[in-house]
Amino acid sequence: MTALLDVRGLSKSFGGVEAVRDVSFALAAGELLALIGPNGAGKSTCFGMLGGQVRPDAGRVRLAGADITGLKPRRIWARGVGRTFQTAETFASMTVAENVETALHGRTAARSAETRRLLGLVGLAAAAGRPAGTLSYGDVKRLELALALSNTPRLLLMDEPTAGMAAAERTALMQLVAGLARERQVGVLFTEHDMDVVFAHADRILVLDRGLLIAEGPPEAIRADPQVRAVYLGEGLTFSEAG
Amino acid sequence: MDFLVVQFLTGLASACSLFLVASGLSLIFGVTRIVNFAHGAFYMVGAYVAYVLTERWSGALGYWGGLLCAALVVGAAGAAMEMALLRRIYRAPDLFQLLATFGVTLMVEDLVVLLFGPEDLLGARAPGFKGAVEILGQQVPRYDLFLIGLAPLVLAGLHLVLRRTRWGILVRAATQDREMVAALGVNQRWLFTSVFALGTALAGLGGALQLPREAVNHSMDMTIIVEAFVVVVIGGLGSITGAFLAAVLVCELNAFGILVLPEVSLVLVFAVMAGVLILRPHGLLGGAPAEARAMRLAIPPPWKPFTSAERLWVVGGLALAAALPLVAGAYALTVAAEVAIFALFAASLSFLMGPGGMPSFGHAAFFGLGAYGAALAVSGAGLPMAAALLVGPLLGLAGAVLFGWFCVRLSGVYSAMLTLAFAQIAWAVAFQWVGLTGGDNGLLGIWPEGFARTPHGFYWLALAICATGIVLLRILVFSRFGYRLRAARDSAARAETVGIDRMRVQWAAFAVAGLFAAIAGALFAFLKGSVFPDTLGIPLSVDALAMVLLGGVETVSGAILGAIAYKLLAVWLISETDQSKLVLGAVIVLLVVVFPQGLGGQITRWRRPT
Amino acid sequence: MRQSTARCAAFAFAVAAFLAAPAARAQQSEIKIGEINSYSTLPAFTEPYRKGWQLAVEEVNAAGGVLGRKIAVLSKDDAGKPADAVTAANELVSSDGVVMLTGTFFSHIGLAVSDYAKQKKVFFLAAEPLTDAITWDKGNAYTFRLRPSNYMQAAMLAEEAAKLPAKRWATIAPNYEYGQSAVAVFKKLLSQKRPDIEWVAEQWPPQGRIDAGAVVQAIAAAKPEAILNVTFGPDLAKLVREGNTRGLFKDRAVVSFLTGEPEYLDPLKDEAPTGWIVTGYPWYAIKTPEHDAFLKAYQDRFKDYPRLGSIVGYSTLKAAAAIIAKAGSTDTDKLIAAAEGISLVTPFGQVVFRKGDHQSTLGAFVGKTAVVDGQGRMVDFVYRDGAAYLPGEAEAAKLRPAD
Repeated sequence: MTALLDVRGLSKSFGGVEAVRDVSFALAAGELLALIGPNGAGKSTCFGMLGGQVRPDAGRVRLAGADITGLKPRRIWARGVGRTFQTAETFASMTVAENVETALHGRTAARSAETRRLLGLVGLAAAAGRPAGTLSYGDVKRLELALALSNTPRLLLMDEPTAGMAAAERTALMQLVAGLARERQVGVLFTEHDMDVVFAHADRILVLDRGLLIAEGPPEAIRADPQVRAVYLGEGLTFSEAG
Repeated sequence: MDFLVVQFLTGLASACSLFLVASGLSLIFGVTRIVNFAHGAFYMVGAYVAYVLTERWSGALGYWGGLLCAALVVGAAGAAMEMALLRRIYRAPDLFQLLATFGVTLMVEDLVVLLFGPEDLLGARAPGFKGAVEILGQQVPRYDLFLIGLAPLVLAGLHLVLRRTRWGILVRAATQDREMVAALGVNQRWLFTSVFALGTALAGLGGALQLPREAVNHSMDMTIIVEAFVVVVIGGLGSITGAFLAAVLVCELNAFGILVLPEVSLVLVFAVMAGVLILRPHGLLGGAPAEARAMRLAIPPPWKPFTSAERLWVVGGLALAAALPLVAGAYALTVAAEVAIFALFAASLSFLMGPGGMPSFGHAAFFGLGAYGAALAVSGAGLPMAAALLVGPLLGLAGAVLFGWFCVRLSGVYSAMLTLAFAQIAWAVAFQWVGLTGGDNGLLGIWPEGFARTPHGFYWLALAICATGIVLLRILVFSRFGYRLRAARDSAARAETVGIDRMRVQWAAFAVAGLFAAIAGALFAFLKGSVFPDTLGIPLSVDALAMVLLGGVETVSGAILGAIAYKLLAVWLISETDQSKLVLGAVIVLLVVVFPQGLGGQITRWRRPT
Repeated sequence: MRQSTARCAAFAFAVAAFLAAPAARAQQSEIKIGEINSYSTLPAFTEPYRKGWQLAVEEVNAAGGVLGRKIAVLSKDDAGKPADAVTAANELVSSDGVVMLTGTFFSHIGLAVSDYAKQKKVFFLAAEPLTDAITWDKGNAYTFRLRPSNYMQAAMLAEEAAKLPAKRWATIAPNYEYGQSAVAVFKKLLSQKRPDIEWVAEQWPPQGRIDAGAVVQAIAAAKPEAILNVTFGPDLAKLVREGNTRGLFKDRAVVSFLTGEPEYLDPLKDEAPTGWIVTGYPWYAIKTPEHDAFLKAYQDRFKDYPRLGSIVGYSTLKAAAAIIAKAGSTDTDKLIAAAEGISLVTPFGQVVFRKGDHQSTLGAFVGKTAVVDGQGRMVDFVYRDGAAYLPGEAEAAKLRPAD
């Protein structure tokens, strides 16, 4: 069986600094894969290379067997990849509903029905008429998710999807994503700072440190990995009690 | 060979004043993000003040002291403008400050004539630098050598100040990231004021230093401001060294270019800018795209289509406008037709700048191409008016499609300046291609036919076409295309990840804006009966920009109010007084302070009381 | 909200004032003449010009006016733009009811107004535009021109230039129609008289933006024996300074358009070039009864000396009054008929508006520049009657379009 996402030897450097070095991994349909690592580990660069925002120096990215390396974001979108951004990348001059409608394709009537459904799904139905520029951070993340889901993707890339949310909201959002992954066999790759979220929801975890993939495996294995612990302890963080 | 060396030195000398002015402009833009249109006016005032002081004070000390004092006086005036005017409007959308400085420029142009008289003033020559030195058998003016030495000294001085002083570090930090400096608790107000003082003092010095070279006159500002801004852009916004390199590049290319093609000065700087920007989208040394991004127009609150009550108001207004021939005479109707044409022109620019998020400093290119298209259809192809009105705008559309393809690849001010470059190139073609366009003597005899021969007939025709155009543009804003266009403006990254091709959407917007501007231009040709290269010129582009900003760039249709107010005022003032620029400038400054959201923004506030 | 109502009211008032403004400004009994010029753009030329026509109006009215009525001049600024000039013309004709249009300085503005006059069938007396097109290839029945045209000035200068021994010539002219046609005509006429002449270099700086150092060097490099200059105003000042410093004019003959006009010569003060062959206006040294009278009246009235613009403004309005008086009517067709061939006296002497091409025979003074008492002056000058430097009327009429 081919993996939904297959990454081989991905590398990128900026002005001599190697942000990502020879990263390889695979992601199956229906799987939730977390990409973690301290600040500056190369998570966002990795994401950018998968989403088409950053052009890799070397390596291959395959989606369901097809090579999508270095394609423009729009082409990658067209192949069924949705993504959220770490910083708010919504259409600030529009209302929440207009944001989603603009992202959708198809007939007008179908679009407004789909907009209602997506906003209901992410819990923004009540905010449909609000200007996107005035949303709270958590609501922006919900809108980001709705936008990422607008083309019913088979792969979802989420850059810190729950930042700025309260604990209960995080759980709800991640359960929603997990449900989508299971029901529709969507593959999900996400980065996250909150280890509670990571260990509670990820099927598997990738750990990046200074551009290198230093560990990969199910949460329990990662939790026990001494190298990972060293990296995080170095950051002054512990997660042995987490979960 | 000897000759070429001396020609090179001549080019270097010419670069000096240009560099001084451009460096001040670059500093001000870097820190405050203000496109200081009044910079040329400060340069001119520097020259006038230097003239007055050097005529009054005697001796070498008096002369050089006079030049320096002129720079200081101008710096003080710059600081005063910043404190009295610009401080009030920093919260307004980007580019709005440009409108304020444009108003100041208009006032200064008339004021110098009132204060210093209409005649050109030839100042004394610089003591100690009067004659020439023989270099390689050629006479080189001593003063040229002085300027050649001065420019690198000023560059080095600026470098030292920016690198070694706390103030300089703050300036550089603010150039990189304005918000960060505010967060550091620095008194931003005084930083801005001091930057303005230094920047305008450099402009004043640049003007004062021209005293031994040229006669001081009241149109010095316009010749330098555009060229200085082009130099800033070629060098890379905010880069002083870039401005130096660009000034040298432009002046040397000119000095040598005229040996091969004597007419080249007409368009050289703009051609160089277009070339540089196409190859290097951020200029020679402008690395960080942060500067360009910061120039993006502000993102307005969500727009709403008119409610049915508001539509009734619009229909009522149009009905009133259509009834104007019942009460107005021939002259008022012709003016009203001109206002309608400019409303469409401004609306087309507003479409590009508002939903499109692409400021343009050369929108007259499409207006002028439309006018020439229609005029050539009549005088060249012998088409009747109706056909010319259909065919003419296609020339503007073609121009927009061509220029837009390049412009959407750049961002912010760089894109705006590329439109200016294209407009100037189009202008130069119209100016120089005498066989086709008649050169600056223009194309004559483009008069309306049939029912449109009468003032009310033409007024109805113009009103019908312009109103339809404006309504179409508004419909387009609220169409799927309009939303996708706004999406590309709000967040290019997000737009691309929901399947919107940013460049293509913006390119299409360029074409639309160009087409409607060209329709306005074609009507304009028939209104005036003749077409001249100035329909493609910078003043007309600036007028359109002023109308849009006055109307409120954050609104859908504010530009129409801006156009009506601006055009009526301008026509009335020119008819009533020789000091029309003084009054118009004062009114603009006043409106800017009273309505920082533009006239249309004010109406939006009334629509949605907070 | 009250504040905003006030704003609305203020704007509405401004609009109303605009619509009402052109209402009857001059009394019915006056004959109204419309006048348009670039007052705000070219004040150095148009201020003396305005004084000139004001003096003429006062003199005409003091003498009882024309057709038993006083004349009144309604004057408009054109902001240096042809489109605004057409707006002004339209206001004067449609709203103010003037019987004729006069004025304009720039050639393209003159052409725009002339085309308007043709379209609206209004009499237009162009005062200053120099382009040959206005009376020849774009001439029309409604347009007449006072000032000696480009062709005439070129012919006067070419005549002098032909007497010079110089064989290698270079040209410097502003890059627009005036400069282009001045050079073209001068070259043609001089080459006809002197087939041995070689044209070795040309420079076309943009008007108002001359890079004088580079231009001077480029011309000097071609080693010409004589130079034709057509630049004026601030460009001329820069050129003269750079040229003097770099020795361009040393031992070289220079022939220069318009440089002898006080408007352009006076700002140069003691740096005025010497020995250039120029056209101009030596008001300080003309000794004719017509000019003496004018000079005295002008100086009494304005406490200032006249420039060439003063002569043009004065003569334009005198011509307008004479044409109306001869026509005995303000009807356009009668004005045209009267103007064709009319003869009148100006401060420069007798002039005629030719029937064939509607060009007046007003001439110009040709002489040499010198510095006298720290001032640029014209010396050794002669008045060249325009009639001698125009093609014959029948020949000129062929240059005009058929309609």
